[in-house]
Amino acid sequence: MLLLRRVAQSIPLLLIVSVLVFALLHAAPGGPLAIYLENPGVRPEDIERLRKALGLDQPLSIQYVRWLSAFITGDWGFSLSDGRPVAQRMLERAPATLELAGASLIVALLAAVPLGIVSAVRRGRWVDRVSGVIALAGVSLPVFWFGLILQLTLAIGLGWLPSSGRSAVFDSGFVDRIRHLILPATVLAGVHAAAWSRFLRSSMLGVLSQRFILAAEGRGVPKRAVVLRHALRNAAGPLVTIVFMDAALLVSGAVVTESVFAWPGLGALFTEAIVRRDYPVLMAFLMVTSAAVILLNLVADLMHRALDPRVA
Amino acid sequence: MSMDPGAQRATFSVNAALVVAGLLVLLALAAPLIAPFAPDAIDLAGRRAAPSSVHWFGTDDLGRDLLSRVLYGARVSLAIGILAAALTVALGAGVGMVAGAAGRWIDALLMRIADAILAVPRLPLLMIASVIVRPGVPVLILLVAAVSWMETARVVRAEVRSLVTRGFVEAAHAMGVKPLMSLWRHILPNVIPTLVVATTLAVGRSILLESALSFFGVGVQPPTASWGNMLYQAQSTMATEPWLALFPGAAILISVLTVNSLGERLSISRIGVRAS
Repeated sequence: MLLLRRVAQSIPLLLIVSVLVFALLHAAPGGPLAIYLENPGVRPEDIERLRKALGLDQPLSIQYVRWLSAFITGDWGFSLSDGRPVAQRMLERAPATLELAGASLIVALLAAVPLGIVSAVRRGRWVDRVSGVIALAGVSLPVFWFGLILQLTLAIGLGWLPSSGRSAVFDSGFVDRIRHLILPATVLAGVHAAAWSRFLRSSMLGVLSQRFILAAEGRGVPKRAVVLRHALRNAAGPLVTIVFMDAALLVSGAVVTESVFAWPGLGALFTEAIVRRDYPVLMAFLMVTSAAVILLNLVADLMHRALDPRVA
Repeated sequence: MSMDPGAQRATFSVNAALVVAGLLVLLALAAPLIAPFAPDAIDLAGRRAAPSSVHWFGTDDLGRDLLSRVLYGARVSLAIGILAAALTVALGAGVGMVAGAAGRWIDALLMRIADAILAVPRLPLLMIASVIVRPGVPVLILLVAAVSWMETARVVRAEVRSLVTRGFVEAAHAMGVKPLMSLWRHILPNVIPTLVVATTLAVGRSILLESALSFFGVGVQPPTASWGNMLYQAQSTMATEPWLALFPGAAILISVLTVNSLGERLSISRIGVRAS
């Protein structure tokens, strides 16, 4: 019942997003055909013919309904740069992005969880203050610059890691794939690790100040068990929620990271489409990622409710 | 009046951040006076020179002095950061106050729109908008604000919702003060501390957004220098002329770090004030 209601609440959001995306596309001078208008080799009568064929002479409301119903059924149009179906191009790129996102999620949690716990337990001590400064720097770093600097030092300078791409041309065994993943996953994880460690710290502090913790300590439960079993378990719920809520930020980060490291995923496809003014790809990217964000926010909400019975 | 060490440290870091922020703005304003060269002075004989006593930050592929360009770039990048933040918070405060005070369907509609825009990844949305509009600096500021106002609107709305039920607002209402007047006279002053924190954080985010946009070549267009488009130009020759990437990026980091630490401190001290 709750699930149904929450799903129903997401639908208006998706509709607003679709109107926004559609309006953006048609706000472009020349609309979806802009790229042909700039091409002197395309005759005006051809443009007129295309306009009729694509239904662009129809009222905007009719065009919107047609576009949306086509989009829902998986017809996302054709890429202007190579003429292939947009859905196919995006499907090809999705695995690389999912791999990068998964790896960066692991890196971010591996950094954020221990840092968050230690900072909460040693509140106000030097560990806490240093990790606070690191976290502040992490959220203030321009992601692309962080990427460039790591590339310059660890890859080009020291030669420890490959500077770009997903795998080497010849050797692409497991180790090689991991080596290619390390830098982009670290860059993408950076801003999240910084924010999540501080978030976990403050929710841990909230839990640690509660009476059941004092009671556990009074019963003689070892400190380590109090922190890990009692406090962390209660603080983990909000952290899981935040992890899912940050999906939109992850998409923006992926666009930047994939471009810097030539990682052949959806983000790189997006920047290619930006350069070529490939509107069908741009629109599909925005629609798909926004829908994914809305879905993940929904999952976050449901998990929050499942993990914490106090949320009615 | 004695302060505990924690509060002293907080005051110190707020002051330190304010000093650095003031210094950055001052350097940007004084760029024409202190820059050793004109930012667009081309010197083909002295191209790609490493940092030296003449060119502290080195020169780029046209022989332009990087220090001068970083200083002039500060004018553009900081102006966009500050003005876009002001506009973001003004928009957010307006929407949040209207939603919170009006309630019912107006509130529901405005908040759904905010939720929907929040679901669209910010940077790609802004990149597409920039490709379509091809903005100059003023329009770029508008675009950044247009994709950033939602968080402020949410926070302000929540505060207004709780303020309208408070005694002094209800009393004003009972005395016949018009709702709009009450919003201006009784509610806005109480939201201002929140707006100060929101503005501070928005400055950092706007600087980052502008730099990312320009890094992709769809933000501030050359020959105007911004820290972001300097990095865009530095990317291809980074292996041989790393200073071209180092200095503009460091300028971004220092500016954003300064405003973010200010914002963090201000919000912590507010929570402290509330608790006491």
